[in-house]
Amino acid sequence: MKFKKNIALSDSGFIFDPTTGDSFNTNPVGLEIVQMLKQDNTPQEISAYFLKNYAVDESTFEKDLYDFINMLSKFKLTEHNEKEKN
Amino acid sequence: MIKAQYERPIIQRLNVGLMNKYGTKTEFNPVTHIDGNAVKELMETYGSPLFVLSEKTIRQTYKDATRAFKTRYPKVQFAWSYKTNYINAVCNVFHQEGSWAEVVSGFEYLKALHNNVPGDKIIFNGPDKKEVDLKLAIEHGSLIHIDHLDELYMIKELVAGGTKRPRVAIRVNMDTGIYPMWDRFGFNYEDGQAWDAINKIMLSGQMDLVGLHCHIGTFMLTPNAYGVAASKLSQLALSVMKKFKKKIEYIDLGGGFASKNTLKGSYIQGIDVSPTFDQYAEAISTSILNAGFTEDSLPLLILESGRALIDEAGYLLGSVISNKRLSDGRRATILDFGVNILFTSFWYDHKISPAQHFGQYSEDTVLYGPLCMNIDVVREHISFPPLKKDDQVVVHTVGAYNMTQWMQFIAMRPAVIMIDMDEKPHLIRKRETINSIQDEEVMPLYLEKFKIS
Repeated sequence: MKFKKNIALSDSGFIFDPTTGDSFNTNPVGLEIVQMLKQDNTPQEISAYFLKNYAVDESTFEKDLYDFINMLSKFKLTEHNEKEKN
Repeated sequence: MIKAQYERPIIQRLNVGLMNKYGTKTEFNPVTHIDGNAVKELMETYGSPLFVLSEKTIRQTYKDATRAFKTRYPKVQFAWSYKTNYINAVCNVFHQEGSWAEVVSGFEYLKALHNNVPGDKIIFNGPDKKEVDLKLAIEHGSLIHIDHLDELYMIKELVAGGTKRPRVAIRVNMDTGIYPMWDRFGFNYEDGQAWDAINKIMLSGQMDLVGLHCHIGTFMLTPNAYGVAASKLSQLALSVMKKFKKKIEYIDLGGGFASKNTLKGSYIQGIDVSPTFDQYAEAISTSILNAGFTEDSLPLLILESGRALIDEAGYLLGSVISNKRLSDGRRATILDFGVNILFTSFWYDHKISPAQHFGQYSEDTVLYGPLCMNIDVVREHISFPPLKKDDQVVVHTVGAYNMTQWMQFIAMRPAVIMIDMDEKPHLIRKRETINSIQDEEVMPLYLEKFKIS
């Protein structure tokens, strides 16, 4: 799973998908996750970063990250590689 | 190293379309304290969920209501509607303020007696007064509001040959321009049923007709309907005086005043559409004062308002059990209270606040209760901050009917506390235990001992 490269992202959490014209907003934690995904960080790397820097436990973050990535996928902001599709 | 504060990540699609022109504001200003008490600490002490009543708000609301009426009409008496909230401590706050008791069953009647309300200050309403209840009410000299002819004849039989003269009124239903008309209670004004009942009472010579009563509906958003009702009851009272030379001592306009809750389907929040006590008082007082009574024949005005006097004083505190994502992408939050104890969520969009601070971001959320039932929905749609497990919420304006209509269904009913005028909390109803239910059950002997094979 990768964040689509052509998606525009602002520092305030505004997200724009030029393919569909859809726009979204996200909160600061969501924005950081999206930025890390855009830089090709894996979910494991994102988890490690948040557990180190934020007051959150592993199980809570794991649940939240899974849900958030699911929402990105639902909004068609991610693309899956062939291996994942199979 | 101090770690940064974490808030669950959320993302929302921005929709361009028609906006709600009424522009209701988001509801997530945190409520961390109630009358000086930290919500978190109250829940630690008394458990979650928890009903909280503010004595300060009850007394202030009662004063606002009585001021509205007493500044417009010379003789006013409130009677606390037991069915709205009959926890004894609540009733006694109202009685201490000067309220009589208004009851609608033998059970409520006994509660009022238990609360040391003098018999002649208990108003007995409702269609289900059993023989034993009526005997008790007659014995104590209570005001019996007759609902139907079967009740009238039962009272006649009970007092036949005796010396007691029951003090009675009839409940009158009427067209006040409001739909639905509550004509299932009492005797109709327009078609002559009320006159028929009055004639029967007056000609029986066995009871004293002391009042006339009506209760035109519930959550009434139109004060003018009360003006119509007051006018019709006044004309009836004047006609009785003329025909029988009998003074009607009081007119009882019942209750039904709206609280500040928001009815489901309403675009505008309740706080913006519910009439004030002054508006109700103006409509009622003006009608009676203009009806044609002489100064010494003006009847006492009795009001049985319940909901409008207690709703704002009640809060329900609860906790988040879990969050999940529905198949259509909406966020669902499961709370530890549902329609079992928040019965009014069937018809109100209750205002619900988080009990801790959050950032500015919110997410469209469905709030579910904990019951294993699909109908257990507390709010079908609310813009809410990203709560996590064990976060706490405060539901507002729940003082009316929830603590009487709540169900012991699937779970036990929670504790109720009241915060006094000095901001000290008091337990006024204990959290139920399994014994609260098991103690009432009886096991037939043949089902007591067996082994599951």
